[in-house]
Amino acid sequence: MSVAAMPSRPVRKRLLEANPSVAWFLAILALFCLGVTALAEATGTGALSTSMIKTLGKTLCLCLVALAMDVVWGYQGILSLGHMAFFGLGGYAIGMWLMYARTEIIVAESLAEAAIPPTPAEIEDAIATQIFGVVGSDQFPAIWAFADSLVLQLAMVVAVPGLLALVFGWLAFRSRVTGVYLSILTQAMTLALSLYLFQNDSGLRGNNGLSGLQNLPGLDAVDQATVSIAFFYASAAALAAGYLLFAWVTSGKMGSVIRAIRDDEARVRFLGYHVESYKLFVFTLTAVVAGIAGALYYPQAGIINPAELAPIASIYLAVWVAIGGRGRLYGAVIGAAFVSLLSSWFTGGGAPDVDLGVYTIRWTDWWLVLLGVSFVLTTLYAPKGLGGLIDVIEARRARRRVGDYGPDKGALRREEGPPQ
Amino acid sequence: MLLRFLRTLLLVLLAVPTAGAAETLQDILQRHADEVADPGRRTVGPVIEDLVASGLPGVPSFLTAWSAREVVQRPGDGLFFVAEETGDDRLTLRDVATGEALATDVPEDTVEEVRPNGGVRRVIGTALVQFQLADPDPEVRRDAVQALSRSLEPDQIAPLERSIPGESDPALKARKEQLLAYLQARYGATTEARVAALDSLAGDLSVETRAVLNQVLDTEFRIAETPPEGPRVARVLTPGEDISREEAHAAIVEAGRAAAGPTPGEVKAALEANIAGGRVGGVPVAQLSSEAARARAYAALAEAGTVPPLVSPAQIEAALERHSFFEEYTETDAEVIAAAARALASTEVNVGLNQGLDLGLDALSLASIYFLAAIGLAITFGVMGVINMAHGEFIMMGAYTGYVVQLVIPDYTLSLVVALPLAFAVTFGAGVALERLVIRWLYHRPLETLLATFGVSIMLQQLAKNIFGTQARPLTAPGWLDGSLVVNDIVSISYIRIAIFVMALIFLAVLLVVLNRTRLGLEVRAVTQNPGMAASMGIDPDRINMLTFGLGSGIAGIAGVAIGLYAKVTSEMGQDYIVQSFMTVVVGGVGNVWGTLAGAGLIGIFQKSVEWLNPSNTLAAQTYMVLFIVLFIQIRPRGIVALRGRAAEA
Amino acid sequence: MTTLLEVSGVSVTFDGFRAIDNLSIQIGEPELRAVIGPNGAGKTTFMDIVTGKTRPDTGRVTWGERSISLLGLSESAIAREGIGRKFQKPTVFEAQSVRDNLAMSLRNDRAPWKVLVWRETEADAARIAEVAEEIGLTAHLARPAGELSHGQKQWLEIGMLLAQEPRLLLVDEPAAGMTPAEREHTTDLLKRIAATRAVVVVEHDMEFVRRLGCKVTVLHEGSVLAEGSIDHVTADRQVIDVYLGR
Repeated sequence: MSVAAMPSRPVRKRLLEANPSVAWFLAILALFCLGVTALAEATGTGALSTSMIKTLGKTLCLCLVALAMDVVWGYQGILSLGHMAFFGLGGYAIGMWLMYARTEIIVAESLAEAAIPPTPAEIEDAIATQIFGVVGSDQFPAIWAFADSLVLQLAMVVAVPGLLALVFGWLAFRSRVTGVYLSILTQAMTLALSLYLFQNDSGLRGNNGLSGLQNLPGLDAVDQATVSIAFFYASAAALAAGYLLFAWVTSGKMGSVIRAIRDDEARVRFLGYHVESYKLFVFTLTAVVAGIAGALYYPQAGIINPAELAPIASIYLAVWVAIGGRGRLYGAVIGAAFVSLLSSWFTGGGAPDVDLGVYTIRWTDWWLVLLGVSFVLTTLYAPKGLGGLIDVIEARRARRRVGDYGPDKGALRREEGPPQ
Repeated sequence: MLLRFLRTLLLVLLAVPTAGAAETLQDILQRHADEVADPGRRTVGPVIEDLVASGLPGVPSFLTAWSAREVVQRPGDGLFFVAEETGDDRLTLRDVATGEALATDVPEDTVEEVRPNGGVRRVIGTALVQFQLADPDPEVRRDAVQALSRSLEPDQIAPLERSIPGESDPALKARKEQLLAYLQARYGATTEARVAALDSLAGDLSVETRAVLNQVLDTEFRIAETPPEGPRVARVLTPGEDISREEAHAAIVEAGRAAAGPTPGEVKAALEANIAGGRVGGVPVAQLSSEAARARAYAALAEAGTVPPLVSPAQIEAALERHSFFEEYTETDAEVIAAAARALASTEVNVGLNQGLDLGLDALSLASIYFLAAIGLAITFGVMGVINMAHGEFIMMGAYTGYVVQLVIPDYTLSLVVALPLAFAVTFGAGVALERLVIRWLYHRPLETLLATFGVSIMLQQLAKNIFGTQARPLTAPGWLDGSLVVNDIVSISYIRIAIFVMALIFLAVLLVVLNRTRLGLEVRAVTQNPGMAASMGIDPDRINMLTFGLGSGIAGIAGVAIGLYAKVTSEMGQDYIVQSFMTVVVGGVGNVWGTLAGAGLIGIFQKSVEWLNPSNTLAAQTYMVLFIVLFIQIRPRGIVALRGRAAEA
Repeated sequence: MTTLLEVSGVSVTFDGFRAIDNLSIQIGEPELRAVIGPNGAGKTTFMDIVTGKTRPDTGRVTWGERSISLLGLSESAIAREGIGRKFQKPTVFEAQSVRDNLAMSLRNDRAPWKVLVWRETEADAARIAEVAEEIGLTAHLARPAGELSHGQKQWLEIGMLLAQEPRLLLVDEPAAGMTPAEREHTTDLLKRIAATRAVVVVEHDMEFVRRLGCKVTVLHEGSVLAEGSIDHVTADRQVIDVYLGR
């Protein structure tokens, strides 16, 4: 180990130099996009169906929210069970505009056939009746005040999850709630939010949720094949931007401090850092990114309802990150892509049944069992997740890397820790 | 006619012979032969009146037989008999008055059955009540009282009052007195009688009493040009506050005191109907997209006399100004109104108190469920610093154990006796297995334990789905747990909830004994407070952790049986309780039985209170509860009963 | 020598146990002070109070020329005021390199957005090199701190304190678990640091304290039992009774 040669001059590495994974990641993502473009219906051979493009685009959004989760959990040490709620809030925020604008067009068309032109109030009432008829209301709730403006609703995509994270985080962090306590509290927040949305008078159509989001207002002439590839590109761009953003945040001194907080927050406090501000910063930033990911995801999914925000969704998010390998950004992406695609393959009936003679294993029934078992095994035997495989490859080239497998009071596991 | 009816009734009951007494029952029937043989709901009245007026002793039994379709008419002479079937389509004919057998072995097809329809039978039944109230058979009297309570009529006062002194059954007597008070309150002849009756009802909790008081205080909506005053005014309504301005104006219009303007819909229809050359009333159609333009167009039409004029807001305002809106008691007697209002107020206070009590009982039963669900979690969290996300699935496992036991043992009581310890054993085993296979390897990594146990949770949930299917399975409580303990019309609690409460108490006691009085408890407490020191004192922490985890899981299994008794057993039932259990632990503070008890109590009371304030929305209660908990930890981050030790560092 | 830290009349009770009882201590600048006392004398609690980890029930803790009260400040604010603390058990961030550990401790702005855009300047690099030299870890800057030996971790922690450039250093049993040579090195280091700032050393080891050759405060049952030179306090009857006499 040649350490004597280390420079004592300032080491001003550029972001890409400091994080070789960023370049690799961007290159692979670009290749993936090229491949999809070549095979898509709208731009290429059509070997990939529109629904497949949508699935891939949605997967990229899930990768983005998994990145956010990895930063807040793998780097910052907060096992948040609320980030899928922020994801859903982003979806609701954009869904409100999509639904409003599209209904407005439909209503305007139908009212145009009337003998005399409609008043603005009549149009408003007709839209409200159209949207809220399912929950027995014909009035716009106050939270729809900005629904007619794309710009304001896009601001809500960022502001709503951000504000919720800010307020909740401030309350939770200032009372020094940490560890499993904090996880449970975030889970409670998620549950409260989804139960609230389940109510018919929540103003967001109760358990009907928002639907028809795949139809972009004013773009009816554009076919779904084109829309799907456009959203795919947007998702890929967002993922790339998110990766760069988080690579920047987690590198340098900021990365140092937040990982230090994860490992021993009391010590960081005595170094003079206001730990709560850092936690709040990371928690809110990741919530905002989760919201953006959701805003890209739900127009591709077409429908959002409160069940999407249920605590279980956030737990699955943690599962993806854990299986992918937390504490490394590409781990989160690998985990989210791998598990969510595998999951849709198994539950979508893609996997062949296994005939054991006495019993036939149907994967639609047994996939969750398999997932549960493999998740337990991952936690027990491969805490680094799939990302750990990359370490194995690297270790062949340079046998000196010491693992950094993330939170939980920081201490490395004794049996796997560095040589004393 | 009413008075006549009352008078004749009086005569019947006093059994005073009258001028018409010479007539026999059969004579009266013959006089009304057609109506008796083929009674209609309307035509039967005079017949019954005459029968009752005759005061003959055979009338009640005849009415009973008539109603029971036992009366026949002999076509030959047209006489009526009470028939009794003796088999093989043969009848015995008896005298309508005396019941004496007049002819036996009469073929059924030689007489004609009298078949009064349902409506007629009801009329007969009402008439019979008069007799039945004083019938020697208490069953008959009870039925009569019940029939009477279903429809209170003014003419029932006298017979009811008369039947009270002779009533031998105390319960029935009390009921009769109560009904009499209702009748007196509503229809009493004098103000004094009514006020006295109302005063006697004050504070009574029953729904019936409240209904009677509300009927006395029934109001109707009124409009007047002069501001109302006097005792009959129940409430003055201000347009825009108590009543919408539209409704108020509509009421004025309905009373014929103002002209009805066209509704917005009618205005629009009128505009559409009067388009002429692309213009309506001179305004181009394309410009009609604003209210102002439409008003202008309509005004032009109205001017031309094509359509009725619009009622302007100023006119509406003036009409509203001119009138007063109020609710007036239909009751005219001021003293009665005052007495009824007094009685209702005192009843409402009493109702409020009892609702509070009922709410308390509800909260208590909810708290005992949360306690049962959470205590296992609290123990394992306290001792091991480990959150078991599969705890909810252990609850589910316990419930399914109960269900399977019921499949094998059909006797519900016996199966429950078997299921409780078996559920404990099954989940204890599962808990020990989980601890040995998973949790032991993840010590000091509580977040990973949380995740690993979550993996176990989805696995168990899906396994349960694969084995038992997705539909809910019943776990039936034994018969002696059916029904409720009813204290009064407001306060009641089901026996199952009482049983769960008792079970929670037993668990509390058992746990306190185990933790404070046994060697195991001592070791558990030692490990909770200082695992390092405990280990150096020769306590095997692995063994303690394993047993503690088993114990916590076992209790979850028993909680599962308890919860399954009143909720459905599904593979997802654990999820319904797990978050509440977590909250209970967070609020109560970890590792302490009393803390869990306090947490469960607080959450139970809070949730029920919110539900009471907003009864239509149980979902909102949960939302508020989480908000409450987030605020609560601002004050007590470590829960109500904070503990020092390993868990406090987690 | 001006008074830097003044603790006066401070008491704190845990669950009925009076850990600190009307304690008053003054620390000057620059000064090297040793605080000794038997187990449970309140040494660590004293440090907890000064660093803001524990809030006292009564009493005042004032700091600096303007005599500001430390009682209302958070731990991080107190640290930013210039009070550094070294724990008994070495607590360095094992997953990060020695350089990162030191860089984090440098006296820079601690606000999140400032940290986010922070770039290492020449001065920062020089300071890191200087501190690394001081604690003898220049050769190990790129290594993860978790790979260091126990003694090296102790020094890294002291190095992190130096990088913080505090006016007051609270050092809890610095010599624990060190080899004799390392102890000597530590003693020299502490003396050198104390030339320009205030250092409070909590220690059990009398030999170590003697070698520091500074004013000694003896704590017993939460209050000051004796104060003065090591020879003075070791001659004190009461001190011998409660501490040395055993």
